[in-house]
Amino acid sequence: MDRFTWSNGLLEMNETLVIQQRGVKLYDGEDKECCIAIPLSQIIYFEEQAAGIGKSAKIVVHLHASPANKEPGPYQQSKFSYFKLSFKEHGQIEFFRRLTEELSQKRWESTPMSQPIPTATNSQTGRTRAVGIVGIERKIEERRKETEKISQSKLMVKAKEMVELSRSIANKIKDKQGDITEDETIRFKSYLLSMGIANPVTRETHGSGTHYHLQLAKQLGDILLAPLELLSPEDLVNACKMFESLKQPLRLRIFDSGVMVVQLQSHSEEEMISSALDNVTDKGSLTAEEFAKLLGLSVLLSKERLLLAEKMGHLCRDDSVEGLRFYPNLFNSQA
Amino acid sequence: MSFEWPWQYNFPPFFTLQPNVDTRQKQLAAWCSLALSYCRHHKLYTLDIMEVQECPVFNHKNIDRKLSTEAILIVFEELRKKGNLEWLDKNKTQCLVMWRRPEEWGKLIYQWVSRSAVVNSCNTFPPEFHGLEEWMLIRSLQALQTDGKAEVITMDDGKGVKFF
Repeated sequence: MDRFTWSNGLLEMNETLVIQQRGVKLYDGEDKECCIAIPLSQIIYFEEQAAGIGKSAKIVVHLHASPANKEPGPYQQSKFSYFKLSFKEHGQIEFFRRLTEELSQKRWESTPMSQPIPTATNSQTGRTRAVGIVGIERKIEERRKETEKISQSKLMVKAKEMVELSRSIANKIKDKQGDITEDETIRFKSYLLSMGIANPVTRETHGSGTHYHLQLAKQLGDILLAPLELLSPEDLVNACKMFESLKQPLRLRIFDSGVMVVQLQSHSEEEMISSALDNVTDKGSLTAEEFAKLLGLSVLLSKERLLLAEKMGHLCRDDSVEGLRFYPNLFNSQA
Repeated sequence: MSFEWPWQYNFPPFFTLQPNVDTRQKQLAAWCSLALSYCRHHKLYTLDIMEVQECPVFNHKNIDRKLSTEAILIVFEELRKKGNLEWLDKNKTQCLVMWRRPEEWGKLIYQWVSRSAVVNSCNTFPPEFHGLEEWMLIRSLQALQTDGKAEVITMDDGKGVKFF
């Protein structure tokens, strides 16, 4: 039965409610066994959402992208990569427990054809048990397919969405306006997951407020450390400003000129300056362009380093019709 | 004896006004010192801003660098603050350069006077006073007067000085 479409359950303008009845089962033609399904292997991660006033308890399930060979289902496309099960009456706790069990055992990974040859386990994650070669091969193949599927454009879209979300969250933190909604949080975590962060923080695990936001920013930092050059510093600047109070190996650096860069903390100021001084001393003098070529950096970044070294008194400038050139600061070092 | 240029004179950044405050202080100090020693060497007492820009001190043709007018004025302002320069006009086109300040001249004069033990008599000045222009001399004597070491007296045929 492929005619069904998703509906938000609300009435359209031209519709009126005629009758509602619980306990009705759906048959696909003569087929009584009609239900929608999703394999457990598609689950990256899931979490509880506690019940609240007027809100039932939920389990939120985050998923991998659909495999290419997926059977047709009720909906061909979705903008979300997670779904929620809302437990209107009860049963959430038990369901959650069983799901946890199944996802840790991963029974689907062992097949009847498995060889009894012991293989290396990844003891850190505790994920892989001793499965047969076939199981391993299948897993590798799956992973490869997943990786291929995440095309450039998909990443771009995700990145843009994530950035907007980060900005919205960052603004809320900045303006201290109300709480970040659960929905936003879940969306955010969904992005983190799809970027490879397996266990995003939740309000439940880290409480609410500043600490929670800090942890979110921390994970943002983790993302940026991955080779994701699609995000320009300007786009992320609001989210990046959350780095400030963290002991993350990332810093948002704002130069006097207003230029902003996200850089590894290992690029400590002293190192940069002393290396700039060494380069300049070695060559006698350098322009920003020459320095850029030497280091393989952009001219903009090279200039900022030279300016910084000048600010710290290690370099001085020669500004003429020939251009702007930096020298070691002999005014300081020489009598 | 030919004039000896300081190492800064051959350092291109010397001719660019440095944005770093500490560096600039050192740079200006060096400029003041150079300007004064150059004037002393060539016995220059008055400078014209327009002419001075083409003077070798501020225009180093060998390295193709010259100090901008703006920077020259800043150097001169430093000299003025230290008591080594005085503007002759409001528009700052001409100035007096006192590579030896009146007080310093006064001291020299007093020392010479004391050594010679001469009061109110005519004497030839030793070489160091050669070229000392009258306006400078007068200021020096005034400085001594302020210090209580001399007194400028007006006499029938001019001025005289009494040393104490």
